[in-house]
Amino acid sequence: MSTLRFTRDHEWVRLDGDLAIVGITDYAQSQLGDVVYVELPEIGHRVKKGKEAAVVESVKAASEVYAPVSGEVAEINQMLTTEPAIVNADPMGDGWFIKLRLDDPKELDSLMDEEGYRRFIEEQP
Amino acid sequence: MTLVTAAAPLKRTPLHSLHLALGAKMVPFAGYEMPVQYPSGILNEHLHTRSQAGLFDVSHMGQLRLVGGDPVKALEALVPGDLLALASWRMRYTLLLSEAGGILDDLMATRLEDGLVLVVNAARKEADLAHLRARLDRSTTVELLEDQALLALQGPAAATVLSDFCEGIARLGFMTATETTLAGCKCLVTRSGYTGEDGFEISLPADGAAAVAEMLLARPEVRPIGLGARDSLRLEAGLCLYGHDIDETTTPIEAALAWAIGKRRCAEGGFPGASVVLRQLAEGAARTRVGIQPDGRAPAREDTPILNAAGATIGRLTSGGFGPSVGAPIAMGYVDRRHAAAGTPLALLVRGTARPARVVRLPFVQHRYHRG
Repeated sequence: MSTLRFTRDHEWVRLDGDLAIVGITDYAQSQLGDVVYVELPEIGHRVKKGKEAAVVESVKAASEVYAPVSGEVAEINQMLTTEPAIVNADPMGDGWFIKLRLDDPKELDSLMDEEGYRRFIEEQP
Repeated sequence: MTLVTAAAPLKRTPLHSLHLALGAKMVPFAGYEMPVQYPSGILNEHLHTRSQAGLFDVSHMGQLRLVGGDPVKALEALVPGDLLALASWRMRYTLLLSEAGGILDDLMATRLEDGLVLVVNAARKEADLAHLRARLDRSTTVELLEDQALLALQGPAAATVLSDFCEGIARLGFMTATETTLAGCKCLVTRSGYTGEDGFEISLPADGAAAVAEMLLARPEVRPIGLGARDSLRLEAGLCLYGHDIDETTTPIEAALAWAIGKRRCAEGGFPGASVVLRQLAEGAARTRVGIQPDGRAPAREDTPILNAAGATIGRLTSGGFGPSVGAPIAMGYVDRRHAAAGTPLALLVRGTARPARVVRLPFVQHRYHRG
């Protein structure tokens, strides 16, 4: 069963062993446009669910990426520093932002599953 | 009880349906619904314009016609440029100034046989019209050309493309105008633009605009370009955007636009704000517009505070973003003149952190205007 979950701010989170991988969705990257810069937190930095975890910038504007769950940053995707366009090309795979050591796996339960997110974006204006 | 006022509906240019058919993402701009990008995206549109040719719909801009009396002399009284020396079919960049020497708008003025045609910023066209009507000599009238569209074809392939439809257009000099026919429509074509590239602006009746646009877009070298790329192109070219890099609080000297003041006008004055402007020309202005390049990869945008080495605020950015052709973040802003020399190290306060940057010479990308 997939542990892929989504937030209302268009972040996704997926469990990989004891780490939670976080990125932004295909919908988010298409709304943003061409990504030119990504600012990632430091390894060891603590993030809280719903609070800013990273920044992603398009040609026109900067956007915040919020942590879908609370935890400690265990890994960051260094490739995004040199190849920010990967976020547009493969937002759900190689365009991942950070991997978190989860504080509380139950925080995932309140997030949307794939079907729920699909319905959510259909309702977007 | 709360009263909710409905926002005025957005105006549309003659190419509105075409933009939608091309899959444009539309946004409000200066009261118009305009394409910010097409499916290829801002980065691709920007790079395409510098390598081949981009077609822009700039019909939202104000096109004004001045006729009657002595239109050139009348307008000259309101701008610092030397318009009397402008020959017929030549054009000049100039500024409408306030009594305090501030910039009310920047515009292109083209001299025709019977008067002048001005292209002004969309957000300022009503204000400019009122200003001109109030201040121009009574014998000269101003007309806003409401049924006139404006297209811009910009890039190294622009001349080749346009030559297929207008024989000899490649020989049109930079900042020169000519009348021609495209897709059966009478057009006023000028060799000018807002990208730093060679290119043309085409003024034509609104009902012919879609046909001309489609004719140009049918060429493989030409792609439609939105306002997003228009902004990144002009920023790389070091060109000002009214309301951001220049406004009523900036004088031409502060804005590093002293070159727009005619030599004769420096000697004679006779334009609004002349005393302020000429004093600044002689003594220098306390602050000045410069190009700024962040050392790292993080873009810094309009309103970002500029700090000196000691961490004191010495200015702010008025434009900023990512330059696709530069491959790095770029910006423009005003600094205290003691920090204006190229190479001066600065810092930009972005998200609470001071990020190193330095003053650089404008433009970020060399202009490639037609000088043949």
